[in-house]
Amino acid sequence: MRKSLHRLGEYTLLMMKSIAIPDRWSMFFKQLVREIYKLGLDSLWIVIIISVFIGTVIAIQISLNISSPLIPKFTIGYTTREIILLEFSSSIMCLILAGKVGSNIASEIGTMRVTEQIDAMEIMGVNSANFLIMPKIAGLMLFIPVLVIFSMFTGILGGIGASYLSSNGMTPASFEYGLQFYFNSYYIWYSIIKSIVYAFIISSIASYFGYYVKGGALEVGKASTNAVVMSSIMILLADVLLTQLMLT
Amino acid sequence: MVEVKNIIKSFDGRVVLNDISAVFEDGKTNLIIGRSGSGKTVLVKNIIGLIKPDSGEILYDGRDLMKMNKHELNVLRREMGMLFQGSALFDSMTVLENVMFPLDMFSKDSVRDRKKRAEFCLERVNLSEAGHLYPSEISGGMMKRAAIARAISLNPKYLFCDEPNSGLDPKTSLIIDDLIHSITKDFNMTTIINTHDMNSVMNIGENIIFIKEGVKEWQGTKEEVITSDNKALNDFIFASDLFRKVKEVEQEEALEKK
Repeated sequence: MRKSLHRLGEYTLLMMKSIAIPDRWSMFFKQLVREIYKLGLDSLWIVIIISVFIGTVIAIQISLNISSPLIPKFTIGYTTREIILLEFSSSIMCLILAGKVGSNIASEIGTMRVTEQIDAMEIMGVNSANFLIMPKIAGLMLFIPVLVIFSMFTGILGGIGASYLSSNGMTPASFEYGLQFYFNSYYIWYSIIKSIVYAFIISSIASYFGYYVKGGALEVGKASTNAVVMSSIMILLADVLLTQLMLT
Repeated sequence: MVEVKNIIKSFDGRVVLNDISAVFEDGKTNLIIGRSGSGKTVLVKNIIGLIKPDSGEILYDGRDLMKMNKHELNVLRREMGMLFQGSALFDSMTVLENVMFPLDMFSKDSVRDRKKRAEFCLERVNLSEAGHLYPSEISGGMMKRAAIARAISLNPKYLFCDEPNSGLDPKTSLIIDDLIHSITKDFNMTTIINTHDMNSVMNIGENIIFIKEGVKEWQGTKEEVITSDNKALNDFIFASDLFRKVKEVEQEEALEKK
């Protein structure tokens, strides 16, 4: 308990140090573009691939499970859309990104710590936390909604693809009707807002674990694993909270 | 000039630095020597403000580090250059970008002037041809030289070097020593080097402070090292046969002169 409180305090202080006016805006923007490219654009392909396949699988599985003649076939498209918009493209995708991006951030900052690169910045009088962490947080918070929109789009495309391939009575026309049936655009905003919160969780927690690494390569690996585990738990907690706040 | 007065530092009740006082003079290469674990790195970290001492004063030309506010500390830090043991070059930047980094952060010069200054610093350490390379693409000696170029880019008053020769072959070590020495003279800096390389002691030791178990055991010049009868110092410096023979020859020559 005491250790957890200590960590929470340490994390809060680090965030206060990180989220400040940059020493040089030009350097901040340079870093921001670099982080968007490295953390965001580099994740685009994995997001697209996972979304297409999961979208396809969701559609096929729902069509297999809806066998009752009383349930209309457009329910498959409707359910696929709801799953993708409400949960998959934001929460599940961010859990996957917590693994990819979170471990990347923690290991990068952790390596900088153990090789004294962070100390070198501090000696120069640079606010290392601000220089290293803020562009990562801002970059991810700006780009994750883009990834989520790509995920929604490609996930639904995967579902449409399944409707063309399926032999379980699911037709493209019924699937498309289901996609449009009782559509609520608020769900897209709900997903985007959730993803922005998750982006902050992933980047800040991973940065925290990397920034306070002590030791060598082994500790950097441990920090990376801890960052992914803690981010995933916090994402799930935030999911419950945000769903309760925004949908009920 | 950097002065430390009565520095005491302990970790978990274990005293690592015990009442250390010393003066590090301008335009001189000041060496802190001692066995591994003697407290020399902790002393340097105290001097540069990475660790706070339990008590004592650290004066930079009369300005007390302990009493500085955040702004004053940042101003002081821009007067410091630091060469880390592992060079601490930023992996994601080229050598030129590394040298430009302090200028990009703090200099008000134009990009062209900043680049010119960085190129001058690289030229000063004979590394002009490696500006476009990344740290992973250059040798250990080149990394040290690049780190020196970065450390002097803001024209610092104080230069700190932590084990500058670690991991280098004897010839490259001499090149690095000579480079640090000549830069110290050229820019009239206060240079403080933390080392246990005896070649450096004999080569560039103008003001040597010997630390033993957290206590300042001895202070003098490289010439005084030869004639000193301090047992702990002699045990440390002349541990190898080669250095012992050097000392014997030097002492014989001194007796003959008398």
